[in-house]
Amino acid sequence: MITLQHYLVVSAALFCLGLLAVLTRRNAVNVLMGIELILNSANVNLAAFSRYAAGNLDGQLFAVFVIVIAAAEVAVALAIVLTLYRLRRTPNLDEADILRG
Amino acid sequence: MTPEAAIFWVFAGISVASAAVVVLARSLIYSAFALLFTFFGVAGLYVLLGADFLAATQLLVYVGGILVLLLFGVMLTHKLYDLDLRSEVTQFLPGLIVTAGLFVILCATALRTPWASIGERAPSPTTAEIGRLFMGRYLLPFEAASLLLLVALIGAAMIVRRRKDA
Repeated sequence: MITLQHYLVVSAALFCLGLLAVLTRRNAVNVLMGIELILNSANVNLAAFSRYAAGNLDGQLFAVFVIVIAAAEVAVALAIVLTLYRLRRTPNLDEADILRG
Repeated sequence: MTPEAAIFWVFAGISVASAAVVVLARSLIYSAFALLFTFFGVAGLYVLLGADFLAATQLLVYVGGILVLLLFGVMLTHKLYDLDLRSEVTQFLPGLIVTAGLFVILCATALRTPWASIGERAPSPTTAEIGRLFMGRYLLPFEAASLLLLVALIGAAMIVRRRKDA
C-alpha cells in the first residue's frame, strides 16, 4: 500500500541529491542539473498532495507553472553561462570572480 | 506486494538512483544522460499519482526541451574536440554532511506529521479539467506565465548577443 509518505521520502531524496550537486559541483551546467532535480522534487510533492490530501487539481496546476518557470530559468541561466565562458574561457563557477575587489 | 507498490518502487528506484549518478558521475555527459532517466522516473511517478497531463508535460518540456538545452550548454562550454568533459567536485564532505542531515530531518517530518487524507479515489483523466482551470480560475497566472516566457526568450537572446564593441 503506497501512501503519501512514500512520495514525500522519494521527493526528499531527490531534493537532497540536487542540493548536493549545487553545493559540490564546480561546473555551472552541472549546478543547473542539480537545480532541475530540486524543482522536480517539489513537483512530485505537489502532485502527491494533490492526489492524497487535497482531492482537486490545484497541486497539478502549480506543478505545470513550476515546469514553465524551470524552462525560462534554464534558458536565461545557460545564456549567462555561455557569456561567462566567452569572457573567461571557463565553465567553472569559482573562477567567475571578475567582481572581486 | 501489490502491483501498484511494485511499479512505485521501480520508478522511485530509477529516479533516485539516476539522480545519484547525476550528482556523482565524473563526466558531464554521463550526468546529462542520467538526468534523462531521472525525468522518466518522475514522469512514471506522475502517472502513478493519476496526473496524466503532468506526466506528458514532463516528458515534452523536460526531456524534449530542458535536457537538450543542457546538452547544448555542455557542448558549447567545452572545446569541441575535448573528450575530457570533466566536472570537478569541491567541498564534497561538508556538502554531504549538510544534505544527509537535511534528508534525515525531511524524512522525520514527512513520517511524523499526521497529514490530512481523503483516502483512495479512482484516478480520472485530468487534461480537460486542467484546461478549464487554466482558462477560468487561473487565467491571470496563465497569462503571467506566458509573459514570463516571452521575457525569458528576449532576455536570453540579449544576454548571449555578441556586442559590437567587444
